[in-house]
Amino acid sequence: MRNIVAFPLLGLAVILQSAIVSQVKLISGYADLPLLMLAAWALQERVKSAWLWAVLVCLMIGFVSSMPWLVVAAGYLGVIFMAQILQRRVWQAPLLAMFSVIFMGTLFIHLLSFAVLRILGTPFAFADVIGLITLPSLLLNMLFSIPVYALMRDLAHWVYPLEEYE
Amino acid sequence: MNSRSLQTTIIFLVVGGILALSLGGFFGSASRQFGSILIDTQTWLSSRFLGLQDFFTAPRDIVSLRTRNAELEAQVSQLQAQVIELQQRVNETEILAALVDFSRSNPESTYKAAAVIGHDPSPFLHYIIINRGSNDDIRRGMPVVTNQGLVGRVDAVIADAARVQLITDPASAVNVYLQNAETSAVTFGSVTGDISLDMISQNKTVESGDLILTSGLGGGYPSDLPIGQVVTIRTLEFKLFQQATVQPAVDFSRLEIVLVITNFRPVDITPLEPLPSP
Repeated sequence: MRNIVAFPLLGLAVILQSAIVSQVKLISGYADLPLLMLAAWALQERVKSAWLWAVLVCLMIGFVSSMPWLVVAAGYLGVIFMAQILQRRVWQAPLLAMFSVIFMGTLFIHLLSFAVLRILGTPFAFADVIGLITLPSLLLNMLFSIPVYALMRDLAHWVYPLEEYE
Repeated sequence: MNSRSLQTTIIFLVVGGILALSLGGFFGSASRQFGSILIDTQTWLSSRFLGLQDFFTAPRDIVSLRTRNAELEAQVSQLQAQVIELQQRVNETEILAALVDFSRSNPESTYKAAAVIGHDPSPFLHYIIINRGSNDDIRRGMPVVTNQGLVGRVDAVIADAARVQLITDPASAVNVYLQNAETSAVTFGSVTGDISLDMISQNKTVESGDLILTSGLGGGYPSDLPIGQVVTIRTLEFKLFQQATVQPAVDFSRLEIVLVITNFRPVDITPLEPLPSP
């Protein structure tokens, strides 16, 4: 039942991403709010529902975006996978883990998007994609990762209170 | 005459004399001095009284003033919100008026106005989401325009919304006609949202400022919709075609309201395309 909060929260995140965040551009890149929220959520020690959240995000983004489902699903689930691996290894420095997941996750999703769209026939130049989309998006994701991490940590404390967790 | 009558007569005479003297101006300086003493006393008393009144009533006034100030500040912020809302409405009205003018000047098509409510979450793609869908007879493939020119075409539709592929999308290609050069070409989108022109015959002379219109070839778009103007031309002798950069007619960064051409049915020419030889 506690995961019900995922529906309004992720729905709001996708709406914000589509309506506002995608308008705040740095060159041609912009931040990925659902990615940030997923990564921050998956890095919380108490959270056990990160995969469920990722599936929800995949469904919502896949519905809104014209990006192939494969890219969306593989991208966000891959980010959860990275976050869970890092969470076990870098648990004493959560922000470092967050930065690492965001860095690798953004690169992973963008490379996957580039590869799949290129295979499907969209004429992209690799240098353009890296310089105009990926690096600016990476910078914005890094900038937003700190407040998003703080928000998700508070949410995790609210959804999974300490006494229950212990 | 008794003593009482004498007393009354003397009093009358004294009072009458004083009145006569004062009317004659003989008491002027004395009355002025007397008056000024009275006025000074009254002023002093009045100012002290007002001071005391302020002292006792001021705290109550500050409280009421603060309350009033808060009320007025709330009113000001409410009015500011109203002003912003009204400015937004004025902007919308101006856009709608321009769109109505456009639809009146192009009566051969029927239009459905839609508001832009979102963009594709991925920075790789240039799509917008509009608030009209199949409930409003919007179908896949319908062209989307503004009063300035072609925006794109409907890519996917649900009941109350639709996704539109912009002509700036990297996967978008539009058959166009260069009005002055009288030749056909194709525009392509890019990751940056710029539009480039390709497939211009080497024999044709294209100049900066040439108007680019949809040609209607391929059946994807109606003909004669403005796309933009040629900015720079790149001609290389060893290449089959000339290329050019395009200044789009539509400001894609400020799309708010668009028109969907609902009486245009795109033609699917895929079955007519030659199959690749084995």
